Amino acid sequence: MTDKSYYSQLRRSIIGIIVAVSLTPLLVLAALGGYQFHSAYKQKVLAHMEQLVYGHQQSIDAFLSGKLAEIRVLTDVAGFDKVRDDAGLAQLLQSLQSRYDGVFVDLGLVNAQGTQVAYSGPFRLGRADYAHALWFQETMQREYYISDVFLGLRGLPHFIVGVKHSWHGQEYILRSTIDFVAFNRLVENVRIGETGLAYIVSRGGEFQTKPRRDVAMTAEFLNDVLTPEQDLRTHRFGQSQPHVHLGKDPATGEDTVFVTASLKNGDWLLVLQQSQDDAFRLFLRARNFALVGIIISTLAIVFMAFVLSKRILNTVVETDQQKEMMNEQVIEAGKLASLGELAAGIAHEINNPVAIMVEEAGWIQDLMEEEDLRASKEADEVLRALSQIRTQGGRCKEITHKLLSFARKIDPTMKRVHINELIEEMAALSEQRARFANVHIATDLADTLPPIEASPSELQQVFLNLINNAIDAMDHHEGGQLKITTRVENHQAVISVADTGQGIPKANLQKIFDPFFTTKPVGKGTGLGLSICYGIIQKMGGEISVSSVLDVGTTFHIRLPLRSAEGEGRSAS
Amino acid sequence: MDPIRLLLVDDEAEFLQTLSKRLQRRGLTAELAHSGEAALDVLQRHPADVVVLDVKMPGMSGIETLRTLKREHPLTEVILLTGHADLDAAVQGMELGAFDYLMKPMDIDELLFKIQDAYTRKDLHERKIRATSDRLTRRGPLENNGEN
Repeated sequence: MTDKSYYSQLRRSIIGIIVAVSLTPLLVLAALGGYQFHSAYKQKVLAHMEQLVYGHQQSIDAFLSGKLAEIRVLTDVAGFDKVRDDAGLAQLLQSLQSRYDGVFVDLGLVNAQGTQVAYSGPFRLGRADYAHALWFQETMQREYYISDVFLGLRGLPHFIVGVKHSWHGQEYILRSTIDFVAFNRLVENVRIGETGLAYIVSRGGEFQTKPRRDVAMTAEFLNDVLTPEQDLRTHRFGQSQPHVHLGKDPATGEDTVFVTASLKNGDWLLVLQQSQDDAFRLFLRARNFALVGIIISTLAIVFMAFVLSKRILNTVVETDQQKEMMNEQVIEAGKLASLGELAAGIAHEINNPVAIMVEEAGWIQDLMEEEDLRASKEADEVLRALSQIRTQGGRCKEITHKLLSFARKIDPTMKRVHINELIEEMAALSEQRARFANVHIATDLADTLPPIEASPSELQQVFLNLINNAIDAMDHHEGGQLKITTRVENHQAVISVADTGQGIPKANLQKIFDPFFTTKPVGKGTGLGLSICYGIIQKMGGEISVSSVLDVGTTFHIRLPLRSAEGEGRSAS
Repeated sequence: MDPIRLLLVDDEAEFLQTLSKRLQRRGLTAELAHSGEAALDVLQRHPADVVVLDVKMPGMSGIETLRTLKREHPLTEVILLTGHADLDAAVQGMELGAFDYLMKPMDIDELLFKIQDAYTRKDLHERKIRATSDRLTRRGPLENNGEN
């Protein structure tokens, strides 16, 4: 359980690290790049709009001052006779219209009292009285004047250019109406993007041109949105240079860019507005594209992190398991070694007392040969007991000898051993026992197995032990088959001893090589056979392992290194 | 036949005593020594025909004792007593000239036979040597050629 949480925590941190390491630079790059691009693009778009507004501001101002200048030239040049009557005016108007493409709609002369004394134009205005018109009063004060657009007497949007001049000591105003359509065209043609919109608004909040789209013009909008820095009740429009600010368009509720510039000495304001979404469309598209890219990369990174962490984790788990297994083996080997030493020590210490006991028993036996002792009626019983002591002493001896051979060698002389022959011998030796237990011994020996350098008596002991164990395992089981096979594998001799016995329970599998571990009844087995085998095989640089399935059988595998023997065999031949 | 002069060497006094009593009963009188050093000391005073020597003893080990003994008394035969694990020592002992070895606890009769065999061999050796030296002193060095 702790393992599981440890591994899942490990995995989480691996994923975390991978994601953080991969995503951080990506996001930082995207943020920095995006910000840079955004500000550069924004600056460029706004500069373009400013440029546009500046151009129009110049041309509109030029248009207005041009019209004014023309009327002033007219007053300077034309004699009073020419402007005094309708016919003269008509001649002048015609000349103006033909030269200026019909921008001037009509001409009229108004005397100082505000009464129009001469008129030429498409409207039958006659002696109209302008004494109360704003433009008349302004012109009388300022010499010349350009009015705002208004409906006036004729009910059509127009504006008036008026110039004061004195003829024969009398003050008159020569006025001309400017064609609204021609003027409107100047601004109307300013269109950018889909929502781009240009118009001119007066200080009083009236449109001087017709916006392409309906714009709700209120005093609040004009004051708060278009000219937040100025109070229009006291000031004129001050934006002699195009001025940019970002705000919300109350009509559409969208974030909008407003570029404004003042016209006509601050009487009018030229406004170019475009929704930000529209103005920065390209940027937004690029941003969305980048966002999609980032999301896809993020998903890919997270996916990769999961896959990679899974893979890393598997390797870690595998390594850990191997390490654990190795640890277990090392511990096992160490345990066996120390147990072996302990056993050898005990065996030594016990051997001497046992020798003395057996000797004393022998002495008593010697004494029993005396006549008087032999005559005792229990003499036979004493002799029986003595022989029992000797027998049991012999058993002790056997046990201590086995114990000692677990730790030490029996006959360490190394010889060239033909394993196959050795196995055949051992099988033959066990034939008798096997028949009693109803066990059939089969061998399948590889001819290719080369002789190895080993102690024959040790190997004999190993094979005998394994064969005996196998026969014992099948004894309770109404007989069975014992199969011994040899083969060569990876420079190793592999010897398998397989029985069809009762199998070994899993709990016992780990302990079977431990000294004194036995499942046989007391007195039947010492529990040393397999540990002796283990010691011998280990000493030879080989390994012994076991696999077992309950009620199917058990197989012991011995692997012995072949290399040295092989090299010798080659050099000998 | 002269009685066999026997020396038993073992650090376990009880074992030695019983063994000696049992051998006595079978007609063999033995000197006893409880260590290698003591054995060599006894041999100085009472030369023995056969020595039964335990391999595993505190102090001077059986093998060391054997080595010295064979140097000082080359004709004396030695039978080694070993525990099972001392087989290496037994083999080494055989190389050093021991007559044979037995594993403890051993059968008394087996030991008896081994002692008798050892004595026979020793006797043979001695007689051979005596015969040779007799011939040499009696006939003189010139007639040495005829003998083979």
